[in-house]
Amino acid sequence: MIPPSFEYLRPNTIPEAIALLQQHGEEAKILSGGQSLIPMMKLRLARPAYLIDINRIAGLSYIKEEGGFLKIGGLTREAELEASSLIHSKYPIILDTTHVIADPQVRNLATVGGNLAHGDPANDHPATMLALCAQVVATGPGGERIIPIEEFFLSLFTTALQAGEILTEIRIPIPPARSGGGYFKLERKVGDFATAAVAAYLALDEKGTAQKVGIGLTNVGPTPLKAAKAENFLRGKKVDAASIAQAAQLAADEAQPSSDLRGPAEYKKGLVKELAKRALSRALERASK
Amino acid sequence: MARKQSVRVKVNGKERQAEVEPRLLLVHFIREVLELTGTHIGCDTSHCGACTVLLNGKTVKSCTLFAVQADGGEILTVEGLIKDGQLHPLQEGFKEEHGLQCGFCTPGMLLSSYSLLQHNPNPSEQDIRWGISGNLCRCTGYQNIVRAVQFAAGKLAQKPAPEMTTQGAAK
Repeated sequence: MIPPSFEYLRPNTIPEAIALLQQHGEEAKILSGGQSLIPMMKLRLARPAYLIDINRIAGLSYIKEEGGFLKIGGLTREAELEASSLIHSKYPIILDTTHVIADPQVRNLATVGGNLAHGDPANDHPATMLALCAQVVATGPGGERIIPIEEFFLSLFTTALQAGEILTEIRIPIPPARSGGGYFKLERKVGDFATAAVAAYLALDEKGTAQKVGIGLTNVGPTPLKAAKAENFLRGKKVDAASIAQAAQLAADEAQPSSDLRGPAEYKKGLVKELAKRALSRALERASK
Repeated sequence: MARKQSVRVKVNGKERQAEVEPRLLLVHFIREVLELTGTHIGCDTSHCGACTVLLNGKTVKSCTLFAVQADGGEILTVEGLIKDGQLHPLQEGFKEEHGLQCGFCTPGMLLSSYSLLQHNPNPSEQDIRWGISGNLCRCTGYQNIVRAVQFAAGKLAQKPAPEMTTQGAAK
């Protein structure tokens, strides 16, 4: 399949990229990993007249802790997350997530920034970032703007990024002691999008009561979903099998899946309940270590 | 039609250059402009991995990249595995262990395995299956592909024999 013609632009700096975005407006798209965008262009579902390749811009790929946050550069490849000892040791929920994104070849190119900015409810990082209460840094003509992740996903393929803005960094609050998370995804085969997936994150006090609860849902709605009712239920309660089961049911109730080739909506709701149970249990296990 | 752009890449060690439309996929560049048809188009939807090549040392699905993105880079295709008429241990492994039937997925399998062994010279079966998880095969059921990679890992792990002088002592 051949995409329609487009002009290919390759800026060397962020300001250049922003200027090009402003110049071409609606007709331009940022090319990051391209692993979501290019397949859409080949199907002619996306037809940007201008493609702005940001892959040669230096300084956009990093994984570091600074100022109370884990900071991940927008151009960081999934493969780099997989290989990071910091992610392995301190952020296993992020490792869980990156591991199930597509396959090794795709992960060599796909970027964390793109995974969020594409606005696809089927992408995996959004649910995890929702569970972690992350922030997105958008760099535009006016400078940097911080967008809380729960305000970032507006509708199918639409995010809170405004014209001329590029997602340059993701910030995750450094987890306190007694916290942990997990991401559980059911897919028909390795590399598939999720039939459903759940990210769960817990921060506990010494008595095992949940201080912070984050639950994100993948591919069961028009956007990545935050299971706020389930979170509110569990917050302040002792986390155990019973409270987890109830929270999982609430999360399933909040899911809005469609029936499609991956299964009927009712099945997916049941799946959300089971995956939420497993994700919360894994979060509890990791938080109790 | 968009303005053509110059793409300069080193392919299997040789400098190649061409003027291409931005929308030319890397796989079409490799197959039609460079005439290296060992890289295959299986699904065109980024699933099957038959189009896998190494770009700047990393495996990529060449059907999901534009040729212009590879400008200034280095590409390894399946044609680049053979050295001075000698099969790469992976190619030998696929031959010895019957790691192919129709052969359509094989170039992609070879390159994914090549990359796997570069990062993990002593992979477990699990590691191998994970390493080729971006490559689909409809013929073999993967067993012999795994054996082929194990064969190659074993071969690559053997230290090369030291050069002998006429007296029979190692140089």
